[in-house]
Amino acid sequence: MKTMTYLEAGRAGLAEMMRQDGSVWALGEDLGRGGVFGQYHGLQDEFGSDRIADTPISESCILGSAVGAAMMGTRPVVEMRFADFALCAVDELVNQAAKARYMFGGQARVPMVVREPSGMWRSSAAQHSQSLESWYTHIPGLVVVMPATPADNKFLLMESIRCNDPVVYLEHKDLWSLEGPVDDQTETLPIGKARVARPGSDLTIVSWSAMFHRALEAAAILATQNVDAEVIDLRTLWPWDRQCVCESVQKTGHLLIVHEAVQVSGFGAEISSVVTENCFGDLKSAPRRLAAPRIPISYAPTMEDEVRVSASQIVEAALTQIGT
Amino acid sequence: MNKTNFDRARYRHFYNQMCRIRAFERAAIKAKDENLVLGAIHPSIGQEAAAVGVCGNLRREDILLSTHRGHGHTLCKGADPQAMMLELLGKTGGNCGGKGGSMHIADFGVGMLGANGVVGANINIAVGAAHAIKLKGEDKVVTCIFGDGAINRGPFLEGLNWAKIYNLPVLFVCEDNGYSATTNTKDTTAGAGPVARAQSLGLEAESRDGNDVVGVDIATRDLLSRVKKKGPHLLHLKTYRLGGHTSTDPAKYRPDGEADGKWSEDPIARCRDMLKQAGLTDEALTDIEMAATSEMDGIYERARDAAFPPAANAYTDVQDIGDPRSQAF
Ligand SMILES: Cc1ncc(C[n+]2csc(CCOP(=O)(O)OP(=O)(O)O)c2C)c(N)n1
Ligand SMILES: [Mg+2]
Repeated sequence: MKTMTYLEAGRAGLAEMMRQDGSVWALGEDLGRGGVFGQYHGLQDEFGSDRIADTPISESCILGSAVGAAMMGTRPVVEMRFADFALCAVDELVNQAAKARYMFGGQARVPMVVREPSGMWRSSAAQHSQSLESWYTHIPGLVVVMPATPADNKFLLMESIRCNDPVVYLEHKDLWSLEGPVDDQTETLPIGKARVARPGSDLTIVSWSAMFHRALEAAAILATQNVDAEVIDLRTLWPWDRQCVCESVQKTGHLLIVHEAVQVSGFGAEISSVVTENCFGDLKSAPRRLAAPRIPISYAPTMEDEVRVSASQIVEAALTQIGT
Repeated sequence: MNKTNFDRARYRHFYNQMCRIRAFERAAIKAKDENLVLGAIHPSIGQEAAAVGVCGNLRREDILLSTHRGHGHTLCKGADPQAMMLELLGKTGGNCGGKGGSMHIADFGVGMLGANGVVGANINIAVGAAHAIKLKGEDKVVTCIFGDGAINRGPFLEGLNWAKIYNLPVLFVCEDNGYSATTNTKDTTAGAGPVARAQSLGLEAESRDGNDVVGVDIATRDLLSRVKKKGPHLLHLKTYRLGGHTSTDPAKYRPDGEADGKWSEDPIARCRDMLKQAGLTDEALTDIEMAATSEMDGIYERARDAAFPPAANAYTDVQDIGDPRSQAF
């Protein structure tokens, strides 16, 4: 067991897969210098510039060429720099990567990972802060992964690289420096399994990515008020672990979903619907969502904070929901 | 053309291939008119020399990416026309099991990595395929065919730049039929066109008469050998789409008589004249044409009788993780 940051763990996971499998390579802007956040620091020294490839600022070609390279039997790891820039390559991801296998009747496999640093971080404003995960869950063919801890960022990245489907891998920029224990052993972590991070009996809080940590903080505060919240880190959004969430709701009767993305048409709506359809009889209150208002993200902290869900808001929402 | 070294057998074969493409598309148009082809088809009638002259130079292991107007390219790369016709009709046994249709035919078994329903999207995929070939150290080339309209999309810049900086084995072929759907491409294109644009990125590029199968053949052969040694090149083939954008497009937007006049440059007729000059008889050439027609008519007949795929196949080959057969809603 080692202590690593979320960023280092992602780097270790990639390096490990590159050592294990010669067909794995990474491409993106500035990777030779370590990538914008340092996620690739030192990797070009070990693996060379063919396998840690510096690309032009050509998002559509970065993603589109990865589709071609994946169909030819390599496993590209695509660095999009910011999730927001992946929008320059929507055709390549949605119409090409996600469709090739199906549209060609099973002849193609597109084993690629699209890393998209996502979410609010240091006043980055409207074009460098978005959380767009729910868009991707809407696209058949894609797998959507959102790690919240260093260990998950290593092992879910490794599993995503092993996966034969295109994976949208959303790392949260505000978690880069988060430290946590990471196993030295190569372990596998299946995609699609949520984690009950804090067991509890009074209320279920489902979250993922950076917001999961706010949910844990809120649960600690709730505990001081004799409310025993169960906190689930969903980890992957497609497929998502309905069983874990439903079992929890069957136990607690209350569901609060917390995410950083805009609430309208956010993934919380999907979770709320599925739980309502499947666990209606177990619910003691209507499932609730706590997420961002439908406004772009501002630069100034006063306005930026309007879209940020805080631990105290989660506490307040939880208390209202269980009626205390 | 120097008659003494005119390779009669080669161009007899190319003539045959052009006739087969045309017969395939005539059968497909008939099938469309009879409502058996379900979606749109984009025939390449008049452009067969480009398909045959280019793809006739590709080995099975070489890679090809094509467009929505790709029946000819696909056939020449070695795909089975029976499977192609079945795909057009959405039937079992189609190249993509009825999931793709005309615009999405692929045959990975012969190195054909797909037509594409999105104009220009094949360019980035092609350079990525070439990138993989380079990484793996394989002896293959990628040929990427696109239309004159595609050069106005971003991937043309991004993909050609990419191919050049990584020095990838790609032959870009711009099959210029003068039209971008129903618009004359020159009205929407600034500057001197694909050759100048490619040259501005440092690629060697040349223009040829795309209706002269011999010229296309010679140029392609030469360019492919240069691609292997020196990286990406572009071949611009000037041709003409004798029909509409789709099989049901009457193409009324064209000046009166334009298409009629262009029939005099029909690449099949031109090849036929050449072969006659080289000593083949009218009878022999007509036999080739008739054999192609009866081959493709038979293929259409058999495709009519085939079954549609079972509805349950709609759930296969989506993805392994999060497979809709276990979780579609
Ligand atoms: C990105 C995109 N935009 C528009 C279309 C609709 N469309 C299909 S074919 C076509 C014309 C393409 O012209 P060109 O590239 O010259 O090919 P051609 O049809 O002449 O073979 C258009 C606009 C499309 N399929 N994809
Ligand atoms: Mg055109």
